[in-house]
Amino acid sequence: MALWYLTRATGGVALVLLTITLVLGIVDVARLSSQRTPRFVVDAVHRTASLFVVLLVAIHVLTAVLDSFAPIRLADAIVPFGGTYRPVWVGLGALSFDLLLALAVTSLLRARIGVRAWRTVHWAAYACWPFAFMHALGTGSDIKPGWMLWLSLACAAAVALAVLARAAASYSAGVAVTGVTAVLAIAGLALALWIPAGPLANGWAKKSGTPSSLLGGKR
Amino acid sequence: MRPERLVVDPTACTAHGMCAELFPEWIQLDDWGYPMIDSGDVPPDLRDHAERAVKMCPALALKLRRGS
Repeated sequence: MALWYLTRATGGVALVLLTITLVLGIVDVARLSSQRTPRFVVDAVHRTASLFVVLLVAIHVLTAVLDSFAPIRLADAIVPFGGTYRPVWVGLGALSFDLLLALAVTSLLRARIGVRAWRTVHWAAYACWPFAFMHALGTGSDIKPGWMLWLSLACAAAVALAVLARAAASYSAGVAVTGVTAVLAIAGLALALWIPAGPLANGWAKKSGTPSSLLGGKR
Repeated sequence: MRPERLVVDPTACTAHGMCAELFPEWIQLDDWGYPMIDSGDVPPDLRDHAERAVKMCPALALKLRRGS
C-alpha cells in the first residue's frame, strides 16, 4: 500500500519537475536572463531539475513494479505497450521514460558526442513531455478527485506558454507562431473533448485496460 | 600539474556569455557578447572556475589547453 502511494506521489512530482525542466530549457535556449538570475543559473537549475526527474521516475517505476496491486513488470517500464495493466497508458509512460533516458545519457556525454548530435537528440524533449502528460491523465489514479487533473493542466498551460514564447522569438516567428498555435489549439480541443469522456467518465478503469480481477476491490 | 591556458574556438562560440558570468576573473565580453580571454596560464587556485566555465559552455567552444 505504501509503495502504491509512493508511485502516485513520485509520478505527480516528476511531472511538475519535468515541466520545470522543459520550461527552463526553453528559457535557456531563448537566452533569457536577469540581474538576479543570470544565464548560468537558469542552465544549472535546468540540468539539476532534469536529474531529479530521472531519480523520481526511477523510484516511480521501481515502486510500481514492487507493489503487488498492479501487475506491472520492470520490462513494461521500458518496452511500451506490452503490459497487462492499462497497456496503452503505462506504455506512454514507458515511451516518455525511454526518451528521458536518451536525453539524460546524451546530455551527460555531451562533451564526447558533440553539440550537433546532442542538440538533435535534445529535440526529443518536446515528445517526452506530452507522453508523460498523457500517461499521467490516462493512468493516474488521482485524476477523478480533481487535484491531479488541475495540476496536470497547470503544467500543460506552462508548457504551452513557453513553447509559444520560443516560437515568437524564433527567426521565422510568423510561420512558427501560426504553426504552434494551430497545434496547441488542436491539442487543447482534443483534451477538452477527451478528458470528460475518458478519465473523468464512469468505467474509465475498465476501459483503460485494468485487469478485471482488480476491478472488484477499490483502492 | 602542467600549466594550462583557456582558449575559445571562435567558429563554435555563439556568444552565450556564460563563461564570463562563471569566470569573470579571466574572461570578459566584447561589445557583441563574445569572450575576450586572458592569454596567460590559469593559476592553480582558479582552475576550478576555469573547468566549470569549460563544462558549462553551451556550445562546447571553450577549452583548457596545455601551455608551453
